[in-house]
Amino acid sequence: MELLAFGDTGWGDELFRATLMTIAVSITAMLIGFSFAAIFTPLKLSKFKFLNLIANIYTTVIRGVPELLVIYLFFFGGSGAIMFVASIFGYNEYIEINAFVTGSFAIGIISGAYSTEVFRGAIQSIDKGQFEAAKVLGFSKFKQFYKIVLPQMLRLAIPNLSNVWQITLKDTSLISVTGLVEIMRQSYIAAGSTRDPLFFYSFAAVLYLLLTFISMKLINKLEVKYSRGY
Amino acid sequence: MDFELMINSFPKLLNAAVVTLKLLSVSLIVGLFIGLLFAILRLNKNIFINKFAYGYSYVFRGTPLLVQIFIIYFGLGQIESLRSSFLWLILKEPYWCAIIAFALNTGAYTSEILRSAFQTIKPGIIEAGKSLGISNKIIFYKVQIPIAIRQSLPAYGNEIILMLKGTSLASTVTLMDLTGVAKYIISTTFKPIEVFIVAGGIYLFMTFIVHNVIKFLEKKYSY
Repeated sequence: MELLAFGDTGWGDELFRATLMTIAVSITAMLIGFSFAAIFTPLKLSKFKFLNLIANIYTTVIRGVPELLVIYLFFFGGSGAIMFVASIFGYNEYIEINAFVTGSFAIGIISGAYSTEVFRGAIQSIDKGQFEAAKVLGFSKFKQFYKIVLPQMLRLAIPNLSNVWQITLKDTSLISVTGLVEIMRQSYIAAGSTRDPLFFYSFAAVLYLLLTFISMKLINKLEVKYSRGY
Repeated sequence: MDFELMINSFPKLLNAAVVTLKLLSVSLIVGLFIGLLFAILRLNKNIFINKFAYGYSYVFRGTPLLVQIFIIYFGLGQIESLRSSFLWLILKEPYWCAIIAFALNTGAYTSEILRSAFQTIKPGIIEAGKSLGISNKIIFYKVQIPIAIRQSLPAYGNEIILMLKGTSLASTVTLMDLTGVAKYIISTTFKPIEVFIVAGGIYLFMTFIVHNVIKFLEKKYSY
């Protein structure tokens, strides 16, 4: 137990900070994923075949390729891509992007592909009559989305989004390969310096279980809130 | 775009894909047995057996696969009695550690898939078997299992694809699978995009095959 003491003698405070980092990366990645979903879901539902194709390529490639490979692409290619863009604008210095940004972006793109599929499914299962009724009542496209599509979509999407959240949370463990100090990386460091990997990796497993358990409880509350009236 | 690198790295990556496929097939076969065992335990009426099986699937589904591999590969070697036993012959090899982790992980997901498949079988079918005087054992093997397999095919197809992607984590315990070799080529040439396209293409091809085989089986066994 003294291994988990807070302060200089134990790894308690380090692991606590690492847990906060995991939560921060997961939430950032989830939000980045939502913004990708906000772009690609309309493309998926569009009438134009070409736009459908773009969105399909995004979701198929990301969901068919290992997460680790995507992370390596961003880890090794991220700086290069940013520097290339910067060089167009005449900035030729070396740019290093930090592990948090690379990591949450890589996981965010993955999470976005799953979210896109969830939102597409949710919108498609809204009754056609709802759209027609909105049209008949003269709602603008914007108002139709906000007042009619969005509330119904959220109710249908939340159970599946909770799966996406679980996947995203567990995927953040992979960012440890880039050196960002989250639960996995901190356990690796602690295991290396105390020569007690069994304890620290098991403790990491407990932390992840705790995170998934608590988030499930919170999401269930949200689910109840959005299914009012059904 | 460095097309020469893409062409040169293709055979290397294809060789590594064989390692990936080996890891995948062995862990899927072992995982299927584990999954079937735990699905049956979940349906047991004894609350302890039931809770044990639930606990297994909860823990393995609630923690990242990476943690599971690290516990087995780095952690188990710490137990002295394990190091001196014959099990150490298996546990010192990263290959078998990865397979054990993958099998236990996919076993947990498979048990959930099979359990829900068993539960959706209509009681009338089992009752029909009983009223024909067929023994419980034969009903289980000849009626429940075939129906459950058909019911769980779509979900199991997804699990195969998730596991295919999961095998990439073998590269974290020094195995040179498709992702491991891709990472090696990227870190020596610093051409991430080219290597990603080739390695990702091979992965996508494998997912495509799995997807279509499952689709074919679904059609074949549809009723």
